[in-house]
Amino acid sequence: MSDVKVLTARWGKKDSHTLASYKADGGYGALEKALSMPQPGIVEEVKISNLRGRGGAGFATGLKWTFLPKDIRPRYLCVNADESEPGTFKDRYIIENDPHMLLEGIAITCYALDIHLAYIYIRGEFPKQAAALEQALAEAREAGIIGKKLMGKDFDLEVHVHRGAGAYICGEESALMESLEGKKGYPRLKPPFPAVVGLWGKPTIINNVETLANVPWIVKHGGAAFAALGTGKSGGTRLFGVSGNVKRPGIYEKPVHYNLKKLIMEDCGGTASGRPVKAVIPGGSSSPVLRGDEIDVSLEFDAIKAAGTMSGSGGVIVMDDSVCMVRVLSRVTKFYAEESCGQCTPCREGTPWMESLCEKIEHGHGVPGDADKLLDMANHIGGFTICALGDAASMPVQSFVKKFKDDFERHIAEHRCPFGEGAWGVSQDSREAVIGGMRA
Amino acid sequence: MPPHDPTKPGDWKDLPKDQVARFDAALAPVLQRYPPDKKEAAMIPALRIGQEIFGHAGTAVQQLCAERLGTSPARAEEVATFYVMFHTHPTGKHLLEICTNVSCCLAGADRMFEQLKRRLGVENGGTTKDGRITLREVECLGSCGTAPAVLVDEKVMEERVSPQKLETILGGLQ
Ligand SMILES: Cc1cc2nc3c(=O)[nH]c(=O)nc-3n(C[C@H](O)[C@H](O)[C@H](O)COP(=O)(O)O)c2cc1C
Ligand code: SF4
Ligand code: FES
Repeated sequence: MSDVKVLTARWGKKDSHTLASYKADGGYGALEKALSMPQPGIVEEVKISNLRGRGGAGFATGLKWTFLPKDIRPRYLCVNADESEPGTFKDRYIIENDPHMLLEGIAITCYALDIHLAYIYIRGEFPKQAAALEQALAEAREAGIIGKKLMGKDFDLEVHVHRGAGAYICGEESALMESLEGKKGYPRLKPPFPAVVGLWGKPTIINNVETLANVPWIVKHGGAAFAALGTGKSGGTRLFGVSGNVKRPGIYEKPVHYNLKKLIMEDCGGTASGRPVKAVIPGGSSSPVLRGDEIDVSLEFDAIKAAGTMSGSGGVIVMDDSVCMVRVLSRVTKFYAEESCGQCTPCREGTPWMESLCEKIEHGHGVPGDADKLLDMANHIGGFTICALGDAASMPVQSFVKKFKDDFERHIAEHRCPFGEGAWGVSQDSREAVIGGMRA
Repeated sequence: MPPHDPTKPGDWKDLPKDQVARFDAALAPVLQRYPPDKKEAAMIPALRIGQEIFGHAGTAVQQLCAERLGTSPARAEEVATFYVMFHTHPTGKHLLEICTNVSCCLAGADRMFEQLKRRLGVENGGTTKDGRITLREVECLGSCGTAPAVLVDEKVMEERVSPQKLETILGGLQ
C-alpha cells in the first residue's frame, strides 16, 4: 500500500503554518495552475479523483459541486470546521500545521465554482485554531493571493472565519448555515439541499476542512493520481484519529481503504493494557460499534458499510475488555440527549429516554426486557426526524445492545454493574500520542 | 458589571458608556465580514464581544446586540440561550470545563471530574464560594487523541491532563 502523504507531508516542519514555509514547498502552485485551467476542467478533475466528503457522510465531492444551479448568483462556500463528533480530532491539526493548504483548497474551489465569498465555520472551543486561520488569511491577503484579485487574476475572493459558540448540531450542514445567519442552530428540512437553497437562501457548497485540503494535491497531480491512492469509488488518503485504549493514539494518514485492525494493532501498537480489544467505534460516536472479532475490515466507505457500520469522520475509539459497554452507551446517549436541538419530537423526547433507561440498567435497576425496550426506542427515532442526529443517536444504541447483549443482561441479572467502580476500564494515558507521524 | 444588577432584566442604555464604546469599536471590523444587508449574521460574534466586555451575555447585552444588528431582542435571546458558550448570568472569575465524553473517560476523566467536584466543593455547573472558579462538564473538545482535555476560560485547551497537571492548572487560576 502506498505511503503517499497528501495531507500530513509538511506537519512537524519548522514554521509549517507560515506562508513563507508553504511557498518554499511549492504552496499555491496548484492555485496558479488552476487559474490557467477552464473552470469546469477543475471540477472534472475532482470528479475523477473520487474524493469523498471527510465530514461524515462520504458524499462524492465533485458530484455535489455539480448540483449548483447554473444561473443563480451569488453562490457561497461554507467550510465545515465544527469538528464536534466525539472521537474526531483531525481538522484542527490541518489548521494548526498547514492552514495555507486549506486556504489554497478553498481558493481553488471558489474559483472553480465561481464563488466570491466563503466562510470557515469553526467551533467556538477552538480559539487557537481560529486565530491560526485569521493569521494565515492575513498573510494571504497581504501577499495578494486572495482579496480584490486572486493571485493577480481578475477574480475577487473574500474568505472569513466565523466562530461558533458551543453546539454540536451546528456541524450539521443546514444548522451551520442557520447559525452563520445569526440564529440558533436548527437544521432545515431537506430538500431543498444547500447546493440549491443554502446560506441566505442562495446556492451554497458546504465541505469539511479535510475534504477541501485535498484539492490542491488533486489539481497538482491530477484526479487520476488521487483516485489511484484509494480504491473503487473512494480516492486518496484519510486522516484517521485513533483514541481510547491504544498504545499510541493520534492521527494517522492512511489510504482510504486501510485495514482497521492493522491500524489499531500495528500502527497504534494494540491496546495499552495488552488486553484484548473488546469494541471499536470506527467513525465517530454515531457509527455502529464493532466487536473486537469484527475489526478485520477495510475502512473504505462502501466496504465498511457492507460490514454494517461507517467510517464517518475517521474517529476510531478503541476499548479493551475491561470497559463496560453499558457505561459507554450511557455516556453516548447522554451526549445526543444534550445536543438534540429539540425541533422534532422523536429526537427531543427519545434521546433523554434512551439516556435514562441506559443509566437505569447501568446502575443495576434494569428489569428483564429493558434491553429490548432500548432497541425499540432507538428504532422509533432514526429515520423519523428532520436531521441525521436522530439516526446518529439511534445507531449506537442499536449496535451496542445487539453486539453486547451479554453486558446488558448481566447488569439486569446481577442488579449491579459487573465492572463496578472500574466501568471505564483500566485507565490509559496518552503520553505517547502520535500526530501525523510526529510524537505529540 | 458593577452599577447594574446583572441578574435582573436591564436596558442596554444602563450599561456603562465607556464599555459600550469598547463594544462598538470591537464590533465594527467584525461587521465588515458580512454583506451590508446581513448584519444579523454577526450575532454570535457580537454576543461574544459583549460577554467579554460586560462579563456575561445577560438581557442588557442581548438588547445591545439586537439594537446594533437591527434585529429583535428575542432573536438575540434565542441565540444567547442556545449555545453553551454564552452565559446569561455571571459565572465565576474562571471557567474550568472538563470533557467527560468517551475518549476522555477512557483516559480517566470521570474520576478527575469527581475529584474536582469534591476538591472545589461544587456540583456540575457550580461556582466556588469565593467566586473564583465555575466548574462544568462539557462534551468532546476535539482532543480525544491527547485525552483527557480541559478547557480553561474558553481560551486555553489543556491536553493530557493528569491529576498533577490539574493541580498546576488550578494553582494558576487566581
Ligand atoms: C449531527 C451532525 C453533526 C455533524 N457534524 C459535522 C462536523 O462537525 N464537521 C463536519 O465536517 N461535518 C459534520 N456533519 C456533516 C455535515 O452535515 C456535512 O455532511 C458535511 O459538512 C459535508 O462536507 P463533506 O461532504 O466535505 O464531508 C454533521 C452531520 C450531522 C448530521
Ligand atoms: S433530529 Fe434532533 S437535532 Fe435534528 S432537527 Fe430533529 S430534534 Fe433537532
Ligand atoms: S472525548 Fe474528550 S476531547 Fe474528545
